Amino acid sequence: MERNQLSRQVALQRQSLFDQGYLDDQFNQLEELQDDSNPNFVEEVVTLYYQDTSRHVLEIEQALERKPLDFTKLDSYMYNLKGSSSSFGAKKVIAECKLFLEHCKARNGEGCVRTFQQLKTEYATLKRKLEAYFQLARQAGLTGTALRPK
Amino acid sequence: MESGFSSPRNDSFPAGLRVLVVDDDPTWLKILEKMLKKCSYEVTTCGLARDALNLLREKKDGYDIVISDVNMPDMDGFKLLEHVGLEMDLPVIMMSVDGETSRVMKGVQHGACDYLLKPIRMKELRNIWQHVFRKKIHEIRDIESHDSFEGIQISRNLSDLSDDGHMFGREDLSSGKKRKDFENKHDDRDFGDNSSTKKHRVVWSVDLHQKFVKAVNQIGFDKVGPKKILDLMNVPWLTRENVASHLQKYRLYLSRLQKESDLKASFGGFKHSDLPLKDPAGSFGLQSSINTNQDDGAKGRYQFSGNNLFGQAVDIKNHEGDLKGIVSEPRPDNKTSLTPDVPDPQETSSTQMSFDHSFALGSEVKYAAFDCSIPAQYSWSETPEINFKQENKPVLQLEDGFSQLPPHAPQHHIQIDPLHSVQSITSGLSLTGRNTSGAIKVEPLYAEYKSAHVSHASPKESAIDMLPVQSKSHIIDNHSFEANSTAISSMKPQGFSLSCITDFESCHRNLISASDSTFAPFNEELTVCWLPGDFHSKNFGLPNFTDYNDPGFISEIPAHLYDALTADYECPFDQTEYTLVDQGLFIA
Repeated sequence: MERNQLSRQVALQRQSLFDQGYLDDQFNQLEELQDDSNPNFVEEVVTLYYQDTSRHVLEIEQALERKPLDFTKLDSYMYNLKGSSSSFGAKKVIAECKLFLEHCKARNGEGCVRTFQQLKTEYATLKRKLEAYFQLARQAGLTGTALRPK
Repeated sequence: MESGFSSPRNDSFPAGLRVLVVDDDPTWLKILEKMLKKCSYEVTTCGLARDALNLLREKKDGYDIVISDVNMPDMDGFKLLEHVGLEMDLPVIMMSVDGETSRVMKGVQHGACDYLLKPIRMKELRNIWQHVFRKKIHEIRDIESHDSFEGIQISRNLSDLSDDGHMFGREDLSSGKKRKDFENKHDDRDFGDNSSTKKHRVVWSVDLHQKFVKAVNQIGFDKVGPKKILDLMNVPWLTRENVASHLQKYRLYLSRLQKESDLKASFGGFKHSDLPLKDPAGSFGLQSSINTNQDDGAKGRYQFSGNNLFGQAVDIKNHEGDLKGIVSEPRPDNKTSLTPDVPDPQETSSTQMSFDHSFALGSEVKYAAFDCSIPAQYSWSETPEINFKQENKPVLQLEDGFSQLPPHAPQHHIQIDPLHSVQSITSGLSLTGRNTSGAIKVEPLYAEYKSAHVSHASPKESAIDMLPVQSKSHIIDNHSFEANSTAISSMKPQGFSLSCITDFESCHRNLISASDSTFAPFNEELTVCWLPGDFHSKNFGLPNFTDYNDPGFISEIPAHLYDALTADYECPFDQTEYTLVDQGLFIA
């Protein structure tokens, strides 16, 4: 029973991630890719995603510190970050990326900095939620294919 | 010729399709790998473009399709795309987060079979096999249509001779037989049986390609045909079909590059010190484009250098402008002999354009293949002399990949065939505006139709002296309006001035060639388009520009120059089935 409860909780939490717009359909795709041959696929991808994102965030941070701002570079770094986030379905992060890119195009340095802060916040939130989610899932013994709500 | 890899596709196509994925984003790489595996494909992943190319080159015939991201740190995805298309003739799919139309278009232009937007769904990947399949069909069709006529003949011949064993040569026989087989199967369209119909994938290595280009150049670009190339190449295992399809691709590639170079106008800085242009109204653009010969017969991979001198609308009010053309010289080590004597077989023609004008002139010379390199350097010197200097410095780009491909490829650029002169036509264009003389030397690409478009805006009396210089060495004679000619080579400086007006809309491609008829072998065609308008053309002497019709690359240069002044001038090259670039040389 507890297990059921847990799994229900997991399902709910998962659903809320979607409802709140943290994740999009890409995440579903990842879960679908998970199978017996790759039972921890999603988590592996998440790990890669964190690594990638940290790298890109650092790049951008450094670039933002240089004056004058090199918008071309910023653009290309953000582009990479956006790509990464899209691989994972990190919806809110992607939205911030897009905003940032727009600011870049408009050469709006302030806008870039502002958006970037928001982006980092969103990313931190997502990371937190995901970690909680995965932890719960593991607790519920719902790893691998069982994670998928079917 | 099967490689060590199995060809599962024959059995349970598309399962087992061998896919190479290239992406610098590790997250995506992992996801794509997983997705493709789920489609029952054989996946190899790669984080760098160079690694990918190495993999492809090592394992010839080891992959069926390549999927690559557009943005990569070490090499532009589009470049990779081109290399793969040319060298390995594999279908390539591009991916990107960015779905802007222009990018997608670029992808298609570079030969991508498809362009996927990230995030990518698995169902999109499921159907990538269609590209592999389609390519096979097209290749077969190409061979059919291209060789069908010859094929019929040959197969007939062969059928007569086959028993006797009078073979023309192994290649002929094999090709002939294959063709025969092919024709027999023609109706059956047994594509599944590709491996048996001699259609193994040939990997066009650097050496092989070099041989190919050499052969093409030897034969003559417009006379070339797969059979001839094949014979010349003397590669026993190569079939005519291989050559045919490679030839076609080469042509497409060149034309694509040319279009690109046309679009891109790089601007050389130009300063015009005492250009007396008082009123540089308008802008002139100098564009030279090289046509690639799209003649189906000649599928040569000619490197064409698109000399695009694109003059931006520069307000010529400022008389400073040193217009420097871009010289692209794909062959760094090949020095172009300025001397008109013996053309070096490996000569790279360098074109030097000197512009004496104070317009903004953008010039870009682009080299398509590594076969020919035409460095075009435009430098405007305001005095009416044209300094043509042949430089073999690859200023412009030689496509990255290509520069690698034939590292020592004898500067094939201008394959100097003793019979044919290398096409380097240096045309000196001296623009004399109000008193400007600009000399533009454009050296057309050896195998390519080169049209130099110079558009000149405003200065009414811009006169352009063009001295076509030909010869293997890029002899550029720039002859200014004032008739001062600086002969760089022993070629007689020919020059005539053309004044053209910039009028972008009415730019026509024109061929300007030095009017020196003593220039015997002109391999180059220099097309200069003059915009009619305020335009005084002084002495036009259109010397013999090479007309590509001549296989020997020796052509008479039609005096189109003048015509351009008047109306739509139809570039003579049209006759040669060259893809004409619609740029005109504007010299204003």
